[in-house]
Amino acid sequence: CIVHTGRTLLRTTTTTIKMRSCVLSVLLLNVYYTCVSSLYFHIGETEKKCFIEEIPDETMIIGNYRTQLYDKQKEEYLPATQGLGMFVEVKDPDEKVILSRQYGSEGRFTFTSHTPGEHRICLHSNSSKFALFAGGMLRVHLDIQVGEHTNNYAEIAAKDKLTELQLRVRQLVEQVDQIQKEQNYQRYREERFRQTSESTNQRVLWWSIVQTLILVAIGFWQMKHLKSFFEAKKLV
Amino acid sequence: MTSIATLPSAKMCSYHGTIRLFVQVLWAHLLCGWASGSELTFELPDNAKQCFYEDITVGTKCTLEFQVVTGGHYDVDCRLEDVDGTVLYKEMKKQYDSFTFTAAKNGTYKFCFSNEFSTFTHKTVYFDFQVGEDPPLFPNENRVTALTQMESACVSIHEALKSVIDYQTHFRLREGQGRSRAEDLNTRVAFWSIGEAFILLVVSISQVVLLRSFFSDRKTTMTRVGS
Repeated sequence: CIVHTGRTLLRTTTTTIKMRSCVLSVLLLNVYYTCVSSLYFHIGETEKKCFIEEIPDETMIIGNYRTQLYDKQKEEYLPATQGLGMFVEVKDPDEKVILSRQYGSEGRFTFTSHTPGEHRICLHSNSSKFALFAGGMLRVHLDIQVGEHTNNYAEIAAKDKLTELQLRVRQLVEQVDQIQKEQNYQRYREERFRQTSESTNQRVLWWSIVQTLILVAIGFWQMKHLKSFFEAKKLV
Repeated sequence: MTSIATLPSAKMCSYHGTIRLFVQVLWAHLLCGWASGSELTFELPDNAKQCFYEDITVGTKCTLEFQVVTGGHYDVDCRLEDVDGTVLYKEMKKQYDSFTFTAAKNGTYKFCFSNEFSTFTHKTVYFDFQVGEDPPLFPNENRVTALTQMESACVSIHEALKSVIDYQTHFRLREGQGRSRAEDLNTRVAFWSIGEAFILLVVSISQVVLLRSFFSDRKTTMTRVGS
């Protein structure tokens, strides 16, 4: 009885609803971010796990992780204790560190790329107490969102007050933006590939000529030298 | 004009509205939690095995797609096991593959990539594990309610763009493979050309020196014979 008949509602009613929806969204967003995507893997105590993201420039990446530690008494994985944190390091394609921070047992890291290329995201644990691990493994739930997937459409709709159709179109615009950036990056990569191929072509040509010249020169030198040697020895 | 008529029911409307909005938002977040897709590129050192786990509910359609980006012969062993350890998919030394299955049981599914057959090449592997379908943009929408023409056009454009992005990713990976081979070839050509030129010089000079050494021995015998 509300949505499409905006004009017929009293102003106070619509504002209350919008405020409440904003509050609810924010509350649930917080809940959501603690329940991270369920893909997980195991990591040893001193082990460093690296993930590579090849992205165009001006692309945002949001990473969420959650750790669990194996409890021997209860024989199951429980959320990790306070002392255990993860050290997150992000390097850009030129090996420059763009993010290097320590987070708690649960964390969320964000960065935006400024150069296109392979970015490395490395995680390793920094257990302050060795006994925590005791030869066991740490379970890490990880979720990395790139580009258009980082947008939270519920938030955008609430903030810019968009209708359903406007929100859909907004999503399409974001997607097309991402495609455009990727195509740009593709052009830059193809240029590099072409340069490498042309360099190989040049090198093959140059070195073939040089080697042929060396061969011919050496041949002449050998004959000349041997001729003078044999003449000196009075064999010729 | 109609605002006066709705005045008594406005309060009721607002209460219903809040509840409805709450349910919508909650549903959106629950859906986001259940249907997920993980796309990662990670490094696999030589003689190493890396496993990933995911909790899946019964009846969910899942797709695992992987591709080796760099390293050696661009191949890796892949193995997908279900809750009880039954092997659903097992391939050795594959470069690229895609496997779709529907979860028959509730629980943790495991998939592993192994580079144990390789002695010194590191591999970089890309995988995309889709669980269920992507949640719709609006939680109150389901397949039964009709969308307007504009909305259904938007939905079909969205699906088409998703597949464009998917193709772009695959193209980028293949191009990355080609580019790393070209760069490899470039350094190899330079290295071997210099090496060959050097070997050529060394061999030809040593030939001449060796030949000279043969004739300098015979010289004494020849002169003795001559005199």
